[in-house]
Amino acid sequence: MTAMQPREQRDEVEMLSLMLLIRRFEERASQQYQAQKIGGFCHLYIGQEAVVAGAVAAVRHDDYIITAYRDHAHALARGTSANACMAELFGKETGCSRGLGGSMHFFDRNNHMYGGHAIVGAHVPLAVGMAFATKYRDEDRVTLCFFGDGAINQGAFHEALNLAALYKLPIVFICENNLFAMGTSVKRSTSLKQIVDRAEGYDIPGEIVDGMNFREVRDKVAEVVDSIRKEAHPAFLEVRTYRYRGHSMSDPASYRTKQELEKYRLDDPIIRLRAQLTREGKLTNEQFDQLDKGAKETVLAAVKFAEQSPQLPVEKVYDYVYLNGAAEAGVNATPERREGGPPVKSKEPAVDTASTTE
Amino acid sequence: MREITYRQALNEALAEELERDPNVFLMGEEVAEYHGAYKVSQGLLERFGPRRIIDTPISENGFAGLGIGAAMVGLRPIIEFMTFSFSLVAFDQIVNNAPNMFMMSGGQFNIPITFRGANGPAHQLAATHSHATENFYASVPGLRVCTPATPRDAKGLLKTAVRDDNPVLVLEAELLYSSKGMVEPPDEELLIPLGKAEVKREGEDVSIVCYAQTVPLALKVADQLEEEDISAEIVDLRSIKPLDEKAIFDSVAKTHCVVIVEQDHPFCGVGAEVCYRIQKNIFDELDAPIIRVSQEDVPMPYNERLEHAVLPNAEKLIAAVKKVCYA
Repeated sequence: MTAMQPREQRDEVEMLSLMLLIRRFEERASQQYQAQKIGGFCHLYIGQEAVVAGAVAAVRHDDYIITAYRDHAHALARGTSANACMAELFGKETGCSRGLGGSMHFFDRNNHMYGGHAIVGAHVPLAVGMAFATKYRDEDRVTLCFFGDGAINQGAFHEALNLAALYKLPIVFICENNLFAMGTSVKRSTSLKQIVDRAEGYDIPGEIVDGMNFREVRDKVAEVVDSIRKEAHPAFLEVRTYRYRGHSMSDPASYRTKQELEKYRLDDPIIRLRAQLTREGKLTNEQFDQLDKGAKETVLAAVKFAEQSPQLPVEKVYDYVYLNGAAEAGVNATPERREGGPPVKSKEPAVDTASTTE
Repeated sequence: MREITYRQALNEALAEELERDPNVFLMGEEVAEYHGAYKVSQGLLERFGPRRIIDTPISENGFAGLGIGAAMVGLRPIIEFMTFSFSLVAFDQIVNNAPNMFMMSGGQFNIPITFRGANGPAHQLAATHSHATENFYASVPGLRVCTPATPRDAKGLLKTAVRDDNPVLVLEAELLYSSKGMVEPPDEELLIPLGKAEVKREGEDVSIVCYAQTVPLALKVADQLEEEDISAEIVDLRSIKPLDEKAIFDSVAKTHCVVIVEQDHPFCGVGAEVCYRIQKNIFDELDAPIIRVSQEDVPMPYNERLEHAVLPNAEKLIAAVKKVCYA
């Protein structure tokens, strides 16, 4: 193991600011979706902000992060700009995945954000592979793998947990339990009384965390990450949270009551952290208003940026099938083209960043 | 050159690539302490240690995904499926994660991974264990698929696959692990590019396009045909994707008659794609309609006689050749 580095102590006001940015971003994304500026599926994170903010506050920037399709917040939390995130939703070349991934597939290599994965549970083995690589190279990085309560009944999830435990890999499985897998409540999907017990089946230490409380999430993640850096092992956190919106933009969420939603809204993670900071004299109302104003302006500017950004030229679509695909002389290494398809220009590879060791 | 088995050739390829690049590791069921279900990884655990030769539980979807994740952050995994029939439980990882990552990340993440293992029908393994998966995987953009038929091709293609920056499937011929062939000595680097077919036997009257387990079949049939004064050219595709159109077209332009003998099923099989490309590009070169010989369109029966009837076999291939040659 390399020498232990001190955990970054992220400023709480800064993290509150991040949570506000996430919320305002998602609200604006919702509006732009309704205006048909954004296509496909779009899943919003509103209500869950403390989970990713708390987790990110507890780790280093070079630790690996990977999540499912409700991923806008994870990219923003990692430092991907609101511009790049909004442009991705708009399908623009300036997007964090060049407009080729969309809402469910945000990637940002430089910020160690490894997606953005839309097949439920299928990214959990990927996370285990990232943690495997870390151990293989004798690094002290930790992988944070986020997923929803819907993932825990998938085979891939179970296989991944077993492998992580078997190989003693440095990974934190963070189940963002927002009580519903699309429209199916945990009660109707899961045989266990509490999700965290899944971890016990694989001899992985697990804890339940209040996901509406930024400080609790941060402290629990910090605690397990410290332990993992001392000696590699997997850990599991069931983080209880709630999404205020439906599963996706097309879901009115009629499977739950207004009273239930109101109950959680009163426990809002942003209001809660704000109150904590105000009570302790670390934040004034004016400062909060400034933060919120700043978040709104950032997001509005991001919409403008996205609108004005170019789209990837059609003939570039073949550049994103194989790395160095055009480099193989003498054979038709490029994909088979049928009549009427985009022209293929023989050119430089799409990118040259890949296949390097971080 | 010296004569070694297909199994030894693969073993040498693995050892050489493990030796060359510390980012390469081998993972799969029984690859380490058991030395591989087909003994392909014989001796590798002793030589490279348990950090790089890794046994897994029976958990194909899990360890295929693990490999892809490791590849995302710079390792070059070789993932062994005991047979590609078992790769089907990892289909989501192979089809949805490995080849899509490059596109959906906007080019940020390529996946330099090799999936390898036994593929194709063997002796009386019945329906679940007899899959020829080449046409499934070759239909997926972002994947590359090769199907070596000789020890030399097995070694050269596997080494190339490990060095490729994209997901490559090396579909080894289950029935050929013990077959022998001439291969360059170990101190001579052997890399065979993907997408390059090879004429395994020259001929004048008919082109038999084949790959994997149908190559020895085609060579055997060519000997029999010679006795009847039919000269068959044997074109071994070696790679299904990318496909070496030029080698196929060159042969067809010479013989003007084509039989494709493939080990997969007829519907949407590899031969359908080859056939399409020939008629589209060099229709005028054809003297007869192309005939495909493949498995019958049924799940594989266990019964030996029925299995033989279902597989592409010499009788079917000879009949097809005679038909296209109007012999």
